[in-house]
Amino acid sequence: MALPTVLSSGYGLWDPILWVIAFIIGIVIAWMLWKSGVSSYKKGSEQGRPYLSGNAEPAKGEVHIRASNLYWGFTEGIKGYYQRVVPLHTGIATDYLLWIFWVTGILLIIVMVV
Amino acid sequence: MIPGFIATNAPALLIAVPLLGAFLSPVIGIISRDARALWVLAIITLTAIIGYFVAFLVYTEGTVLYVFGAAETALTVPPDSGGIPIRIIFAIDAMSALMVIIAVTVGFAVILYSLSSDSRRSGLEAYYTIFLLMIGAVLGMVSTGDLFNFFVFLEISSLASAGLVAYKVERGLAVEAGLKYLLVSTIGGIFFLFAIGILYGQYNALNIAMLAEVIQWTPLDKLALVLIIAALAAKCGAVPMHFWTPDAYSMAPSAVTAMLVVASQASLYGLFRICFTLYGMTLSYVTIGWVIIILGLLSMIVGVTMAIPQKDIKRLMAYHAVSQTGYMLLGVGVGLAVLGDQALLSSYGTTAMEGGIFHIFNHAMYKGLLFLTAGAIIYQVGTSDLNRMGGLGHKMKWTMIFFIIGALAIAGIPPFNGFASKFLIYESVFAFSPILSIIAMVVSILTLASFVKVFHSVFMGPPLPEHENVKEAPHTMLIGMTILAALVIISGIFPEFFIQNLIAPAANALIDQAGYIATVLGGA
Repeated sequence: MALPTVLSSGYGLWDPILWVIAFIIGIVIAWMLWKSGVSSYKKGSEQGRPYLSGNAEPAKGEVHIRASNLYWGFTEGIKGYYQRVVPLHTGIATDYLLWIFWVTGILLIIVMVV
Repeated sequence: MIPGFIATNAPALLIAVPLLGAFLSPVIGIISRDARALWVLAIITLTAIIGYFVAFLVYTEGTVLYVFGAAETALTVPPDSGGIPIRIIFAIDAMSALMVIIAVTVGFAVILYSLSSDSRRSGLEAYYTIFLLMIGAVLGMVSTGDLFNFFVFLEISSLASAGLVAYKVERGLAVEAGLKYLLVSTIGGIFFLFAIGILYGQYNALNIAMLAEVIQWTPLDKLALVLIIAALAAKCGAVPMHFWTPDAYSMAPSAVTAMLVVASQASLYGLFRICFTLYGMTLSYVTIGWVIIILGLLSMIVGVTMAIPQKDIKRLMAYHAVSQTGYMLLGVGVGLAVLGDQALLSSYGTTAMEGGIFHIFNHAMYKGLLFLTAGAIIYQVGTSDLNRMGGLGHKMKWTMIFFIIGALAIAGIPPFNGFASKFLIYESVFAFSPILSIIAMVVSILTLASFVKVFHSVFMGPPLPEHENVKEAPHTMLIGMTILAALVIISGIFPEFFIQNLIAPAANALIDQAGYIATVLGGA
């Protein structure tokens, strides 16, 4: 018999409580690993400075990877898709309406014929 | 005496209170800004209490009927009306009650949030008036049992939403976005009105139950359904009629955007209500089911892929809203496609519908939360450009935690609520068509990838010099986010409680067309 907390899809079960317990155990293990680290670490001291092979540390704004630099490989990989889909988003209000009329027309044909 | 009066008239008060609050808000504002803030907070609190009370009545006593102007509030068919329900009727069943709960919960959280987030702005007398009108209109849309009434509330919602999208008039783009939203809404409204005219011309009725009893699936009925699907699918932002969504969602104040999500879901509710309750078994359910599934599929894929390259945080989230609407369409569409086959409906159709409907609830909570976190970030940083953000996790720890909760929920990561509804959708849709389920899973992975990008861009990295003076969002904004975050967690950890008590009754209410007709018409 399924517990009240268990979600059943008819094909499988999902018990969030078990997952939460597993998550807490994972957190405890992570905390124990963290506690076993070097205890003499002092925040804000020389120990916390990045080592860049003797080079000067760049300005903070320069080391942060900005949003535009993320996932460029993904968008480049499916460039053909984006080249077709992005231009459809013209930002022109009459185009928005045209799409509604197109969908209405296609739906009408489908519903009348099928 | 007074509690009895309130209990009897609760469905009417659900609309009357926000409308009264809306129109008195500018008058109260003459006293002071604080008095207006307190007034608005009191009105939305009262509306929420009434909403929960009405929902409680529905879940304990069954469908709540309210006939405006009748001697008996449940007298839907007067003896001298010729068997036609001629008055305005609210018919609030479990599906409507769920939508009422969503609207008042998100409405309360966003009003609380906006007391701080929009306090710096001018024109607040109009802002709160329109905001309360919008909430009242959404509640009307999900409560009414009458098609023309639905149209009226749809129009109020559209006009109020357009006004709020264009609220930041100092930015020309906001006005343009408001105009586009208004244009799309107007065409949708005209389509819907035309469809009502077709049905009224044939059957001499506007009441949904009355129409459901006599509708026949004539060519004119087909035309009416096509117009309704196009209108409401455009209003809920289904691809390829979603183009207004990123414009409107990104330009509106963030509290408004969170409520716009609920307004879009009210249109989705209308679509499901008309397909299941009005047309029911008379329509070609396999064809219409597949139409909704394909709209859902397109929405999921185009929404998420368009979100990934976005550089504006709210525009990115808007595309994700489109993508998540696809899951709802997919789940309920599968239920509709097997509506006529009792074995398949019992096997996976009902579960797919429960997944889709649960996703409506979950999406309102986590997407509302995400838009509120975006608003808090923009409020403190002064820009929505992801390229100009970074290192905010050092200064805005609570906002970051709320963002993580919302992001993990939308990506379907356990134990948050997005996973629970997606789990139901994946498993049930897999039994219908494995490829659809696989696509839904891939879309979830892309959603996670997209929010990892946002998380890194906004919160990670060293504190940037240009954000030296940034601090945590004000308390009322954090309280608004806390309410939604708490619901995301609770409904994720105890999904079965929500399914048994809210979602399954809602799905059954949609499926049980005969029960709806019998309840509203009382065997007339």
